[in-house]
Amino acid sequence: MVRGALFAAALLSVLTTAAIVLSLLRETISFFGDVPVGDYLLGTKWTPLFSGDQQSFGVVPLVTGTLYLSAIGLLIAVPLGLLCAVYLSEYARPRVRRAIKPVLEVLAGVPTIVFGFFALTFFTPVVLRDFLGISVNQFNALSAGTILGLLVLPTIASVAEDAMSAVPASLREGAFGLGASKLQVTLRVVFPAALSGIVAALILGASRAIGETVIILIAGGQTANLGIDPTQSYQSMAAFIAATSRGDIPTGSIEYETIFVVGFTLFVITLTLNAASIRLVRRFRQVYE
Amino acid sequence: MTGAQIARSALAQRTVLPRASGAGRLWDLLFRIAMYGAIGIGMLALGTLLFDVARDGLPKLSWSFITSFPSRIRPEAAGIESALVGTILLMAITAVIVVPLGVTTALYLEEYADRTKWWNRLVEVNIQNLAAVPSVVYGILGLAFIVRGPLGLGNVLLAGGITLALLVLPVVIIVAREAIRAVPPSIREGSLALGATQWQTIWKQVLPGSLAGIVTGIILALSRAIGETAPLLVIGAAASPRFNPDGLFSDFSALPIQIFVWTQDPNREFVSLAAAAILVLMVVLLLMNSVAIWLRNRYEQKW
Repeated sequence: MVRGALFAAALLSVLTTAAIVLSLLRETISFFGDVPVGDYLLGTKWTPLFSGDQQSFGVVPLVTGTLYLSAIGLLIAVPLGLLCAVYLSEYARPRVRRAIKPVLEVLAGVPTIVFGFFALTFFTPVVLRDFLGISVNQFNALSAGTILGLLVLPTIASVAEDAMSAVPASLREGAFGLGASKLQVTLRVVFPAALSGIVAALILGASRAIGETVIILIAGGQTANLGIDPTQSYQSMAAFIAATSRGDIPTGSIEYETIFVVGFTLFVITLTLNAASIRLVRRFRQVYE
Repeated sequence: MTGAQIARSALAQRTVLPRASGAGRLWDLLFRIAMYGAIGIGMLALGTLLFDVARDGLPKLSWSFITSFPSRIRPEAAGIESALVGTILLMAITAVIVVPLGVTTALYLEEYADRTKWWNRLVEVNIQNLAAVPSVVYGILGLAFIVRGPLGLGNVLLAGGITLALLVLPVVIIVAREAIRAVPPSIREGSLALGATQWQTIWKQVLPGSLAGIVTGIILALSRAIGETAPLLVIGAAASPRFNPDGLFSDFSALPIQIFVWTQDPNREFVSLAAAAILVLMVVLLLMNSVAIWLRNRYEQKW
């Protein structure tokens, strides 16, 4: 009896996934009734809200925009996050560690809207324009991407630190016993031993960056741009969805359907990344437990 | 050999061991500098962020800011009452939905589920995957299933609460499972050996023992829910309403939505109001997190 009731609650999470897939698929199929799949996947012009001849449904600029912004973010977050993780796991004394970990947790708990506000009102005008003297657009990839990196940093740092802390002390002691220096132990013993966990941290970070909405919506701009100039404005898939859906678009219209088809594309990308990360984490757990 | 001789030979051998070469020591130094730099940049960024928000927002913060409705024309008279009330109500609805569902699911997976059965593994993998679905996709789910479609509630407070509840449900389940797993098997075995049924064991032993961890997880999940902007934008939360929600089926706003609307405003005065609203949101989050940390330290069981 109790068991059945509890299982019913557990089943709800499966139903949630089913509902997500179902709602995305239904409108996506209906979208591809109007727009050929090839035009969507290979088209290089994304102007779904224009009318007549100007309207075009090529998703390439949205996907490259998403990847480009995430790449800038990861370029910042990966080295910084890994260095923080190495420091906390291998070098920091327990007291220092206890002082720094809460700071990372606070950073991880800051709502993304706050990061967006910071990017738009401080990082773009003060840091990029005044301090570094770069002439950037008000909405630009450099600012949105950098702050995206700041958002992802604690995720990467904490997952990578868990992976490195899970490496048994005997491996380190063995290496020290052979006369290795601290740096050699860290880079040649601990890092490779924790590699699959570290890769999982990076994938998780990438997946968070790709799915992030508000920072890009506020600071990255809303033009689907196909290029690599970091001073220009770009749009990501998630930002497009949030910018287009404001609750008042008519059900069944082509604008309504684009939200779902872009949502489906985003869902597939993040799901693939997450599946890879789960598999890697499972592998590194099996090795040492 | 005497002890003194052993000590002397050990000392002699120590000097023979290779010392780190000059290049090695240089690399070590550079690596340490890089690590301190990374930690420093992280701290500096957080510090700058808080400073920037406080500098813009503090002058605007007043009691009338908290107790006035937003205005589209007069920034000096605008406030966040409807957004703050919306956020508190959303949090309550989310909690009412997510607490029973999350805890029962965690109990099922830890105490009852037989991991060799495929459907139990499906539930587990599914929860891991749900935790990584971008929040904007939950917004789409809310739009298609709750606002329109099968439930058809419209873009009302209840729809927002359900959407946020689904969003944080995996977080609650994962944290609650960890708390339940931390209760050692010997406690369960002792209870069962004294003749308690499995449910009595759960209700009288496992749940009280894991309560602090579960409550901490719930608070952290709720603090994530009230900071979310994207799903509420997608389901169509109201921008700057001049009324509080008067029931589950009323239009609503929330602090992140109000912050978003003000951030987008071309008038600089409104952007400062966004900073003030961020301060209020951060204070709410800080209070929730302090309660969570206090609970964890006060009631955490050491077995």
